Amino acid sequence: MSSRRWVGLGDDTPDGVAGGRRPRLGATAWPTYLLLVGLAVVYILPFLIQIATSFKTEPDAAANPLGLPENWTTAAYSRLFEFSDYLLWGTNSLVVTLFVTAGRVFFDSLAGYALARIPFQGRTVVFALLIAVMAVPGVVLLIPKFLVINQLGMYDSYSGMIVPLLADAAGVFIMKNFFESIPVSVEEQARIDGAGVFRTFWSIVLPMSAPAVMTIVILSFQGSWNELNHFIVSTQDPELTTLTKGVAQLASGQLSQGTQYPLKLAAAALMTIPVAVVFFIFQRRIMNASAGAVKE
Amino acid sequence: MTSTRKTGPRTGAGIQAGQQLSGWLFIAPVVLLLGLFLFVPVLMAAWVSVSDWTGRGSPFSSDVGFVGADNYTRILVGGGLDTQDFGTALRNNLYYVLLVVPLQTALALFLAVLVSQRMLRSRGFFRTAFYFPSVTSSVAITVLWLFLFSATGVVNKVLSWVSIDGPNWFADPRGVLHVMLGWLGVSSEPAGLASTDFLGISLWEWLAGPSMAMSAFILMAIFTTSGTFMLLFIAALQSIAPEIHEAAVMDRTNAWQRFWHVTLPMLKPTLFTVLTLGLIGTWQVFDQIYTGTRGGPAKTTLTPAYLSFNAAFNQQDWGEGAAIAFILFAIIVFFTVLQRWVLRDRDKVKRTKTRDPRLQHAAVEAER
Repeated sequence: MSSRRWVGLGDDTPDGVAGGRRPRLGATAWPTYLLLVGLAVVYILPFLIQIATSFKTEPDAAANPLGLPENWTTAAYSRLFEFSDYLLWGTNSLVVTLFVTAGRVFFDSLAGYALARIPFQGRTVVFALLIAVMAVPGVVLLIPKFLVINQLGMYDSYSGMIVPLLADAAGVFIMKNFFESIPVSVEEQARIDGAGVFRTFWSIVLPMSAPAVMTIVILSFQGSWNELNHFIVSTQDPELTTLTKGVAQLASGQLSQGTQYPLKLAAAALMTIPVAVVFFIFQRRIMNASAGAVKE
Repeated sequence: MTSTRKTGPRTGAGIQAGQQLSGWLFIAPVVLLLGLFLFVPVLMAAWVSVSDWTGRGSPFSSDVGFVGADNYTRILVGGGLDTQDFGTALRNNLYYVLLVVPLQTALALFLAVLVSQRMLRSRGFFRTAFYFPSVTSSVAITVLWLFLFSATGVVNKVLSWVSIDGPNWFADPRGVLHVMLGWLGVSSEPAGLASTDFLGISLWEWLAGPSMAMSAFILMAIFTTSGTFMLLFIAALQSIAPEIHEAAVMDRTNAWQRFWHVTLPMLKPTLFTVLTLGLIGTWQVFDQIYTGTRGGPAKTTLTPAYLSFNAAFNQQDWGEGAAIAFILFAIIVFFTVLQRWVLRDRDKVKRTKTRDPRLQHAAVEAER
């Protein structure tokens, strides 16, 4: 893992053309560009249509699904906030996401450090179990998770929504891999100076691991913001509805009179903003991390 | 543990004991959490799957009975509605897997090759465009898809430009293969297929293909996951040394030969990963169904994952729900192992087939 490959977004990926300007793709390349532009339109247009439709009236959305709104209106947005608990859902999503992200950074890096650096007995067994755990498909755990949350009295509570999500084997691996790429000599120096294991970890190793920590932050943020099925099985109380759950209920027609497409698309567009912002700020790192996370 | 470290020189045994303790302390939270919310739940669900628990009180209380393999047999061989529903869900998901996995893999590879061309301008933009759908939530994408594929939606609008009268996708239970057979004049069940049935549904129904509604979900899956897998292929492509490519060029191979005999074999480990992840992911269709169709129209978007959830949480038949979850787990394990085995086998055959001396040269170049 020390030979981390850089899956960059930009044009400066180090793939062989040293210095100077990269030679232009010749005039024969226009079919490639045409193809790429066509594909890009297919990938981007749905989102533009989504935004445009959210500013339409309902008849306009039905009669004219593809074009710009005939009369721009924010009626869908005001109805959304007036007739649903959108702000409450957003607050719940935010609370859960913040706690899960903070918790995962701390626990994943602790565990990753132990697996990478501390030669304790049973390390191999723990490592093997973590790999086994990663292989268990998530939806198979819906009922099991409910059972244990219910048994522990955590059903319909923030703790039931947050605590089970703090366990994240994939994050442990990312941290473990990163710690292994740091030269041991740095820590040895600290240990000789009398620092304990936790102190070495906390004040020497962790600050050096900012890139990996950022990776965990981004992946956890995306993961818990977009999480749906865990909240379905851990809560019932409308007060604890998150954005994913609330918008899913909207989609299956809770506010229904007519199709309500502008309103539903407005709800979906707003909930995409936070992940979209994080994506555009950290896109290079996200694309890097997603590739690394699945590959290990 | 920090304080013990500061007390002067230590013996080797002292360091060891300290490491044992701190090692376990460091790993304890993750082990506890995974144990409590993964391992214990699976054991509990295993018990529930052989019980008649109805969701009231504790599944371990004395009035919950042990019913043996009843829940499993009712689903697999009972022949009643439970078997029919499971058979239908299995068929729906099978078509989903069969179409999504190859198509998303091929598209991801195609996109990766396109945006990895060394001389391409603004490939950063293209990568971003192709990857963006992957970061949005399944709920938001499903809502968007419901609109795009609605009766008066964008897709039908575009189809109308080429004079095609698009279906009302998410309300249309007709199977795609049945529709195509209809074009050939086969519109009703041939006698031979009516009598035989498997898991409660007739062979004719097994051959229905994905419904229009499921087809829309299939397109959605390809749209949202191709970007993620594209990244894996880009990473793999970048790790191929340019000299290999150059060697193959000097050996006067054409672009297609280079891709097929040089690039693709080197991508094999990534291809494995992508196929495995795709296979595991596509058997777990849940969020889209919960958000979009709840199994309708006419149960043609029912999947085992949603069926399991519905049996337990909506019909309070927890034993059956848990049993379906375990069967689904077994299916995923089975197909993953099968896929690994099939691909491994073919790998050997392919290697012996590469006899073209020009390509062997490139391959040797590759192995250095």
